[in-house]
Amino acid sequence: MRVNQELIDRDRRGFIQSVVTGSVGGSLMLMIPMSSSLGKELSSSSSEAKVNPINLDANYCFMVDVTGCIGCGNCCVADRKENNVPEGQYRTWVERYVIDIYNTVYVDAPDGGEKGYSEPRTDIEATIKEAFFVPKLCNMCEDPSCVQGCPISATFTTPDGFVIVDSDHCVACGYCVMACPYGVRFINEETKVADKCTWCYHRVRKGKLPACVQACPTGARKFGDLNDLESEVSKIYRSAERLEVLKPELGNEPTLYYINSREEVV
Amino acid sequence: MQDMGYVFPNDLHVHWNLMVVVYPYILGMVAGAFFISSLSRVFGAISLAGISKFALIFALAWLPFVTVPLINHLGHPERFMNMMITPNFETPSLMAGFGVLFTLYAVFLILEVLFVYRYEFITLRNRSTGFKKSLYNALLLGTNDTSAQSRKRDIRVSMLLSSIGIPLAALLNGYEGFVLGTIDANILWNTPLMPIIFFFSALVSGVAGVILFYILAKAITNKLDDIETETLRTLTKILWALFAFTFAVQMIDIASLAYASTHRWDLINSLLSGPLSFSYWTMQVMILSIIPAIVLAILSLRIVSRKIILIALPVAALMLLAEVFFMRWNTVIGGQILANSDRGFATYHPLMFEKEGILVSALLLILPIVLFWLLSKIFPLWDTDRIKRHITHYKR
Repeated sequence: MRVNQELIDRDRRGFIQSVVTGSVGGSLMLMIPMSSSLGKELSSSSSEAKVNPINLDANYCFMVDVTGCIGCGNCCVADRKENNVPEGQYRTWVERYVIDIYNTVYVDAPDGGEKGYSEPRTDIEATIKEAFFVPKLCNMCEDPSCVQGCPISATFTTPDGFVIVDSDHCVACGYCVMACPYGVRFINEETKVADKCTWCYHRVRKGKLPACVQACPTGARKFGDLNDLESEVSKIYRSAERLEVLKPELGNEPTLYYINSREEVV
Repeated sequence: MQDMGYVFPNDLHVHWNLMVVVYPYILGMVAGAFFISSLSRVFGAISLAGISKFALIFALAWLPFVTVPLINHLGHPERFMNMMITPNFETPSLMAGFGVLFTLYAVFLILEVLFVYRYEFITLRNRSTGFKKSLYNALLLGTNDTSAQSRKRDIRVSMLLSSIGIPLAALLNGYEGFVLGTIDANILWNTPLMPIIFFFSALVSGVAGVILFYILAKAITNKLDDIETETLRTLTKILWALFAFTFAVQMIDIASLAYASTHRWDLINSLLSGPLSFSYWTMQVMILSIIPAIVLAILSLRIVSRKIILIALPVAALMLLAEVFFMRWNTVIGGQILANSDRGFATYHPLMFEKEGILVSALLLILPIVLFWLLSKIFPLWDTDRIKRHITHYKR
């Protein structure tokens, strides 16, 4: 009997401890941008292995739920940390859309949204009717104009559909930067070669999720294999959910899909 | 629905900068000068025979500088040979063809110079001593044949080289426009007229350059009287025709866009009437296009005296040289200022002393002239006998 009481006490203590830790941690997650310990947290995270590491037949896709994004900027911090992106350059960023009652669209992304959007815009006089956040990253096109135009094939599509850059071969002529209609490419100020979001190819190859997906507290960023019928993206893809891609008229065939996006999003 | 300014965070500043403005400009000078040089050789335009060699060496002087701005612009200039070693012909990349095309064109141009000058070099070698003698020896590549038959062969071969060189030059300059015109991400560039506009504006700048420096060279050496009036009149007409066509195509492009009034025009109009209003409408169109077009039209009339042509033609040529530079600037820079976000404008303010800045660009446009002066010490620019023969024919 005594033993049982001890067990109950210990369990209660553990329970209270878990609640406190969880509440504080969760609140902090929502309130402040990710700290520098994020990198460690990502590498030791237990929730990986959602992606089959060596699967060249996979049909990977990225989905962004616009209504799910809270503009916390965690994804951007995680990405910069994971990929050593120089300050002032962005592999991914989060845009803030604000629409007033006269349908004027205000878009901004100070610091690429990396510091979160804790303060509202003060320069809008009219009444605001709605606001939302739109994360941007590589559209990982199936018919990418950046790959088509690269004069030396330094940027190419891997057999499993990732558009990446061979930084040892790239001359940084900048054609791909010009050809990308989504503005996701840049010439890295430190390495002096073309750089872009890779959907964390190096992580996916190890069976991990892209850093930004891992860091997203609301699940607005989703990544997975469309061929895996159990994956979240596959379920959404096959559901009645309306999926949209950016600038479809340019024929690049993006595999980055937006859920609940808006026509104002470019 | 009204949008406020927003530019994607990676696109705040222009990436293809002054170097990419200067590069097609230099390429255009080569093409235009080569075109003038070939007119007498291929199409028998006798009135241009006196300027043929001048134009050929003028083209040669600009040739070594074509790739300099491009290489200087690379993030890794030391890897530039990758363009030649591992060209992407698979997708295929348009830019990958540049190395092959340009090398081919350069070989044709250099071979042509060697054939045109072969006979003259033999005479010059026999007259000179020391370094110059060995230089001519090297340029002669061991030939020593002065027979009438060999001279005929020189003419035939140089004519053949010119006939291939002209379409090659067209391809090279048109290609430059094609590279820009096929970037569908860029609203301003993405027009099928871009290769035509680039090729013809290249010819305009090259012809204007030859005219300006031809008259300047004659004026400096006090030999203005040597210029045949017929040469001046022909050059005026060629420049006028080329420019009128180029200007018309550009204006048709804008006019059809404006009349169609699609969203694309809204964006382009916001650029042309916004950040580019001065450099496009005021400078490129009003001052540097309409004025020289009127001047050249008047000069093309027979009633204008030789004296007036000698003053007004170089002025019009200078204005057109500036016009083409403004056109390149407005296209290359303007296209990038109009940001991909469709909601705002990027910025670009070149610095004087940066690696790809104003000073380097200015040097790239001045050095070919210095090289031209140096080349004139080796390659005689004037065919004295022939000029005298023509002067008696044409001078009025």
